[in-house]
Amino acid sequence: MTPEQAHKMITDILREIAPDSDPDTLPGDADIRDSLELDSLDFLNFVEELSQRSGRRIEEDDYPQLATLASGAKFLAGS
Amino acid sequence: MPALGADMDEGTLVEWLVKPGDQIHKGDIIAVVDTAKSAIEVESFHTGTIAELITPAGETVPVGTVLATITEAGAEVGGTGAAEPGGRAAAEAEAGQPGAAEAGVPVAAGAPAAMAVPTAGAAHPVAAAEAPKSKRAPGKRAPGRARPAKKPAPPGPGAPARSTPLVRHEAAQLGVDLATVYGSGPGGTITRADVEHAAASRRRRVTPLARRLAAELGVDLGTVTGTGPGGAVRKDDVRLAATAGAPAARQPAAQPPTAAAAPAGKAVPARTAERPGKAERAQSMRQAIARLMARSKREIPHYYVSNTVDMGAALAWLRERNRSLEVSQRLVPAALLLRATALAARQVPELNGYWTEDNFVPGTAVHLGVAISLRGGGLITPAIHHADELAPGELMAKLRDLVNRARAGRLRSSELTDATITVTNLGDQGVESVTGVIYPPQVALVGFGKIAERPWAVGGLLGIRPVVVTTLAADHRATDGYTGGRFLTAITDLLQRPEEL
Repeated sequence: MTPEQAHKMITDILREIAPDSDPDTLPGDADIRDSLELDSLDFLNFVEELSQRSGRRIEEDDYPQLATLASGAKFLAGS
Repeated sequence: MPALGADMDEGTLVEWLVKPGDQIHKGDIIAVVDTAKSAIEVESFHTGTIAELITPAGETVPVGTVLATITEAGAEVGGTGAAEPGGRAAAEAEAGQPGAAEAGVPVAAGAPAAMAVPTAGAAHPVAAAEAPKSKRAPGKRAPGRARPAKKPAPPGPGAPARSTPLVRHEAAQLGVDLATVYGSGPGGTITRADVEHAAASRRRRVTPLARRLAAELGVDLGTVTGTGPGGAVRKDDVRLAATAGAPAARQPAAQPPTAAAAPAGKAVPARTAERPGKAERAQSMRQAIARLMARSKREIPHYYVSNTVDMGAALAWLRERNRSLEVSQRLVPAALLLRATALAARQVPELNGYWTEDNFVPGTAVHLGVAISLRGGGLITPAIHHADELAPGELMAKLRDLVNRARAGRLRSSELTDATITVTNLGDQGVESVTGVIYPPQVALVGFGKIAERPWAVGGLLGIRPVVVTTLAADHRATDGYTGGRFLTAITDLLQRPEEL
C-alpha cells in the first residue's frame, strides 16, 4: 500500500465513523481523536475497520502510531 | 405513548411497524417514536393481536395517549366501532376507572406501570413493578381525554385505508406495507406517490448534516439519490438534488429494494423527512436535559463521595487479555469499570433502584444506565440490561452496540426506561473527575474520570501508577454516606482482582 492509499483508507473510515466531520481538511499532524472528538469506542471501531480493510493485524502497542493521519499512513504503508 | 425517560412529555409517532391483525409478542418492536432526544423503537408490553392503530404516523401526541389497541390471545376483537371506545376506555382505566373497557389493550398508555389491560370488560394492571418511576409523575400523564383530535382517526380494521389496485401492486413490488403508509389523497386514500415516498424513505440513511441541509434547501429526501455507504444520503447529494431540480432524481428512489437490503416486512424504519432539523433537535434535547436536571437538583438532596482507584492490576490484565484477541474482541478499560460498577450495585443494592413516593424501591435487577454523548451535542442514557450477569466480553459487546445504536438513533424503548443506576465516564474527554447529577428517579450516579498515571504510594514506596478518580453522587433520602462509601470500596476491591470480574 502506498502512503496515499493508506491516507485515503484512513480518511474514508473516519468519515464513516464521524459522518459530519471532514477528515480531508485535517492537518497531517493533528491528533485524530482530539480533532474529531472520538471516544475509546469510536477509536476501537476505527482500528477494527482499518485492520479489516488493510488485512493487517493491529496490536494495542501500535495504537500510538495511529494518532495522526501522517503517522497512521506511514504505519500502514510500512507493512 | 410511553414515557421514554422521566424527561419526556410528548412524542411523534414516526412509523408503525405492525398493522391491524398482526400477531405480536411482548418485546416485539411495533413502532418508531421520535422524542426530543432520539428516535426510539417502541416495544410491546403485551402479547396478542393488533386490533387498531389509533395514533397515525406523523402525529405528535402527549405521553399517555393510546397509540394502538391489542387484543390478548383468546379475546374477541371489537368491531370498528368498539375499538375506538375501547382505546378511550382503556386510557380512562389507567386513570383509575376500570370497567368501561370493552376490548383491546392500550399499547404504552402512559408509562408501563400505569398500563391497564382491559380484556372483555375486566381490567387488570400489568407490569406494575416494571417501572415504579412512572408513579412519580402523575401530572405528566395525559390520559386519552387529552388526546388532540387534529386529524380524523384512521379507518379501523374493518375498513382498511383506501388504495387503488395499481397502488397495491406498486406497494407489493416495493415491499411496502400499506398499513404503514400515510395516505395524502382525498379521504386518506393512499396514492402512488405516498408508496414511493414510503419505499424511498424507509431504506434511506441520511447523515444529520444532509438532513439539516435538506430542510434548509427545501429538498424532499425521498427524491435524493444517496452516494454514501449503503446508499446513505450525504450533504453533497442534497446539494446536487437542489441544483438539479428534484423531480429528475425521483426514478432511482422507486427501484425495488433488494432482498438483502430490505426484506419484506422487516423494513428499516423511516426516519427522514418527518424528523426535525439538527438545530431544532439539539435545542429540544437541551430543553429536555434542562428540565430533568433541574428537577433532579430541585428534588434530590445529593451527597457525594469519591475514591482514587489504582488501575494497575486491571490495565495489566486487560493488556494481556487483549494481546491474544482480534480487534473486535478487545476490551476497553471502560468495560471493566462498568463491570465493577454493576457488581458493586449488586453487592450494595441500596443504591440500585428508584426513589418513588417517599420510599426506596430496589431494582429487580441491575440495569446499568450508560451516559452516551451524541455527536452534535446532548446525551442519552440507555441501559445495559442485567449488566451484573454479563462477563466483561459480553458487557463490552453490549456497550459497543448500545453506543452505535444511540448515535444512529436506533434505541429501544425498554433501554430508555429501565436503568436502575447510571454511570458517566468522561475519561475520554480528559477530565480528572466528574461529580454527576442523579437521573431521577434513580438514586445513584457513578462517575469515572480519566485513567492517568500519577505518583502513588504502595508499601512505603513511591511509584507511578495508572489511577482513576471514581465518584458517587447519591440520593440522601435513600442512603447515607456510609452506604456510598461501601459502594465505592466495593468498586475499588473489584478492580484490584480483574481476573475475577
